[in-house]
Amino acid sequence: MSRASLKEKLPILITASVLVLLTLAAGLRFDNFLSLRVLMNLIADNAFLGVIAVGLTFVILTGGIDLSVGSMMGLGGIVAAELITVSHVHPLIALLVPIAVGGFLGWGQGTLIAKLGLPPFLVTLSGLFLCRGIALAISRESVQIEHPFFRTLTNWSVSLPAKASLSLGSIVFILVVFGGMILARQSRFGRTVYAIGGNANSAELMGLPVRRTLVWTYVLSGMCAGLGGVLFALYTSSGNAISGTGLELDAIATVVIGGTLLSGGYGSVLGTLLGVLTLGVVQTAITFMGTLSSWWTRIVIGTLLLFFMLVQKVIELAARRGQTT
Amino acid sequence: MESLLQLQGLEKRFPGTVALDHVDFDLYEGEVHALMGENGAGKSTLIKALTGVHPPDSGTMSLQGKLILPQSPEDAVRHGISTVYQEVNLVPNLTVMENLLLGREPRGPFGIRWKEMRERAESAIARLGLKLDVRAPLSSLSVALQQMVAISRALDVSAKVLILDEPTSSLDSDEVAALFTVIRQLKAQGLGVIFVTHFLDQMYEISDRITVLRNGKKVGTWNATDLPRLELVTQMIGRDASELERSDSVLADAALGSPILETKGLGRRGSVSEVTLSVSPGETVGLAGLLGSGRTETVKLLFGVASPDSGSLKLDGRSLARLKPKSAIRAGIGYCSEDRKREGIFPELTVRENILILAQVKSGWYKPFSLQKQRSMATDLVGRLKVQPADIERPIQTLSGGNQQKALLARWLAVEPRLLLLDEPTRGIDVGAKFEIMALVENLRQAGRSFVFVSSELPEIVRSCTKVLVMRDRKAIKELESGAVSEERIVQEIAGS
Amino acid sequence: MRRVPSWAWAAMVLAGVLLFNALFTPGFFSIVIRDGRFFGSIVDIFNRAAPVGLLALGMTLVIATGGVDLSVGAVMAIGGTIAAGLISRPGETPFAGGKPQPAMAIPVALFGSLLCGMFNGLLVAVIELQPIVATLLLMVAGRGVAQLLANGQILTFHDSGFAALARGATLGIPNPVWILLIGFVLFSVLARKTAMGLFVEATGSNPVAAQYVGIDARAIRFAVYALSGLCAGMAGLITTADIQAADANNAGLYLELDAILAVSVGGTALAGGRFSLVGSMIGALLMQALTTTILTRGVSPEITLVLKAAVVVGVCLLQAPAFREILAKRIRRAPAQ
Repeated sequence: MSRASLKEKLPILITASVLVLLTLAAGLRFDNFLSLRVLMNLIADNAFLGVIAVGLTFVILTGGIDLSVGSMMGLGGIVAAELITVSHVHPLIALLVPIAVGGFLGWGQGTLIAKLGLPPFLVTLSGLFLCRGIALAISRESVQIEHPFFRTLTNWSVSLPAKASLSLGSIVFILVVFGGMILARQSRFGRTVYAIGGNANSAELMGLPVRRTLVWTYVLSGMCAGLGGVLFALYTSSGNAISGTGLELDAIATVVIGGTLLSGGYGSVLGTLLGVLTLGVVQTAITFMGTLSSWWTRIVIGTLLLFFMLVQKVIELAARRGQTT
Repeated sequence: MESLLQLQGLEKRFPGTVALDHVDFDLYEGEVHALMGENGAGKSTLIKALTGVHPPDSGTMSLQGKLILPQSPEDAVRHGISTVYQEVNLVPNLTVMENLLLGREPRGPFGIRWKEMRERAESAIARLGLKLDVRAPLSSLSVALQQMVAISRALDVSAKVLILDEPTSSLDSDEVAALFTVIRQLKAQGLGVIFVTHFLDQMYEISDRITVLRNGKKVGTWNATDLPRLELVTQMIGRDASELERSDSVLADAALGSPILETKGLGRRGSVSEVTLSVSPGETVGLAGLLGSGRTETVKLLFGVASPDSGSLKLDGRSLARLKPKSAIRAGIGYCSEDRKREGIFPELTVRENILILAQVKSGWYKPFSLQKQRSMATDLVGRLKVQPADIERPIQTLSGGNQQKALLARWLAVEPRLLLLDEPTRGIDVGAKFEIMALVENLRQAGRSFVFVSSELPEIVRSCTKVLVMRDRKAIKELESGAVSEERIVQEIAGS
Repeated sequence: MRRVPSWAWAAMVLAGVLLFNALFTPGFFSIVIRDGRFFGSIVDIFNRAAPVGLLALGMTLVIATGGVDLSVGAVMAIGGTIAAGLISRPGETPFAGGKPQPAMAIPVALFGSLLCGMFNGLLVAVIELQPIVATLLLMVAGRGVAQLLANGQILTFHDSGFAALARGATLGIPNPVWILLIGFVLFSVLARKTAMGLFVEATGSNPVAAQYVGIDARAIRFAVYALSGLCAGMAGLITTADIQAADANNAGLYLELDAILAVSVGGTALAGGRFSLVGSMIGALLMQALTTTILTRGVSPEITLVLKAAVVVGVCLLQAPAFREILAKRIRRAPAQ
């Protein structure tokens, strides 16, 4: 492996090793941990986070950031719930609306960022407030979703051996991961995203559609956040305006743990998947322990994040040294 | 020959300046047309207008008889106008083949066809006579190779017009030769090439016609064979070039007193080695050598930006393991970097703050200068160095490159260093400013200050240095004493003959 | 030549909000004296803006170095939890073997938050992690730490001395306003009466050039994060004293965002370089003026969030060169039509 491709491949290898080690450690500690059922539950529990993280990966690969995803998810959930329960729209349509809303808001943010040159951090921070405000204005209370077709959707699952099953949300998550991988690796859009992260100025001078691509990354992230809201509504059978509070942090942490550099240009959707699974294993292990309280999850995630940031730092230094000699 | 590209009455204004003033320009098929001019002449504005970075305010551009108005580099590429810039404008994190074909990758029903892409990239690279693994990340290549990839990329487009904006500044002579071979091939294929360079030899070697710009206006267009070199320089600077003659005063006197800085076999792995030099008060030591010969690396060792791992370094007769910029400054050593933008200016701070900051750092953060004192010091230095405009409260980024350079010199003059390391202090600035800076250095030297002077322009070195250290392949190879300094001699040493 | 200060837009919007209230909100500007203390909407704005204002002071310097501190909200929670823990009722405090130490509450809490700031400084300045990530760490884990300290409880207490920090008044003016004022004066002196402000700006403007003129950029970065932590601790003490409880989950929630918005609306570029402490104070007041206006007008408070977003985007647009260019083109084109 050459020094330069070290920077690309090593982080994901480390993430994979950590994931395997954590899983094995938990498997040794708890009897039922290493089962298909636990794995499937873990995926079902984190499907919404995973979908959001995949969208966010593209934004971060360009060197941008999207802080609005958590509240956009909350908005998506409440919009879906309100449409079904209050406006009696058929779920099939009602569940598509949040994706469109997310895409539209993402387009707005992307336009401000790419066309008018406002800092992504600030625009999406405003987006966070905006979405949360709109969501709360729609309904301050949690809205239960009651609809026969919707119930069919929430209960629908593919049965697997060993009492495991794959929920609709999990399937959507897996599809999104595959779609994201293909988009990143096989499409011009995806390659332009990497090019922008490498050097946006150069990418522009190379004649690549930098601004348009940037706008689309935020649209994609917004749509994924909307879809995350739909999955969360399916998962909880309700919509809640304050759901997804602080989720942007989990999503960013997931992407970073998955080996994507926040400065852009390096990373992968596969890495993000591993990041989601790592987070899931930590959460599940802490639930298995029973005695440990939930705040330990935060501390463990923080520690993991620190570990991965230090690892990335070391790799970066090594790569730089490789270049000068 | 057919006319390929015609620009008429091009005008571009920026707040406060007219960057292009009704400029006409035309390019034939199959010709290399050199665009010459000092900094601020309007060359880069013209190119930016042509490539859609800054569309012109008025005037027309037509390509093969059709009116065009590129709105972005992307748009220009679509029209068939490709550009290779001085700085490598590629993305470091992707592979060579992607850098070659980004935006026009071969695609099939499942997206990008990586195999076909690799084959196309390999043949494009082979066309330049290069051999490299197209799957390697771009960042693993040397800057020169990266530049060749950039050129290869520009050629791969079905380009009609190729703009080369100082593409050779990071290439060695073999690479330049390879590039010129390719350019000649393209010429034969009917491509029009606009060539911007500071290297006169290279320009004369390849160009058919020359257009000279000065202060945003076109001075004229000549056949290259009809415009002798001296005449060209005179047209570019708008005054007699005889001032480029060599000064006698540097021959006259030798060093005063004991050396300030002495090194013996100083080096740093992977950067530069065997640097032995000494600088005494009243000396200007020239570092001559080609780009990449280790000159910048040497001054960085002397200033303590990088730490040496071999050899010894003595400051005022005392041995030091290494210097740090802070302690170097305290010892009276200064360093004016060649990279103004990255290592010199604080863009959004004012000229006053940019000048005074060093003096302030030296006196300590808890002893601030009063605004009045800052103003009088800055005004004085700005006047002495003729910084234009003389408004000290302007953000330094609004000044032209030459004036930024003068302000950076003023920064160092404010603390009166005993030894100032000047790395290409005259690069990319207009001739007038060049003379002023050179004269200033000479005056200060006569007053007992010393300098280490790095320049790519041998006449400058010969003109102003009391002795010269010649560098080649990241090694100091020869020290020429005052009597032995001449352009011929330096060239001989660099060439190793 | 006089230049328009960078906070001019924020000041104009603030003036607009106040003017709106002067016209449409009866009694908005009336100030009454009760129990030797001023009351009124204006006083309220200053009083409630104090925590965000304090955060914005530290944040201004951090942003000026080209960084950002996302952890301030979590550090507020940590500071508040430490203080509440030390003065809660005997037997309830999680530390010091159940013995309350009220006298130690403020110094220990401030020291704790200073340590948090130093941790950020260590990551950013010494290990050279990107500020967003480095401070994200404490933002994620900090609330976990606060909950750990509080054993997952909301710590409540009754201590009139400590509560006076937020609820008391001196010379008729609420104490939080005094604290903010003192903080502002200290920061202004540090930044403008010494050369520290210039060094901070130089570090943010061009870190490499800063190194080449001998500025110890590492020390400066470390210091600004440490200071930011300290400011967050102080803000945490005020909010804790105000509600007489430390809630590790919700204390200072989203306040880091308010602080960043205040700084950036106040004219300090997020990319670093030039900063304006006055601008940040105006920004903090603007944020609070919007909130207070909405509350006094009986509009549902959710709208505050939407409005904040709109104001921030608006002010940033007005400061953005690209947007100005488009505006200028429109204006130039208009007469031709």
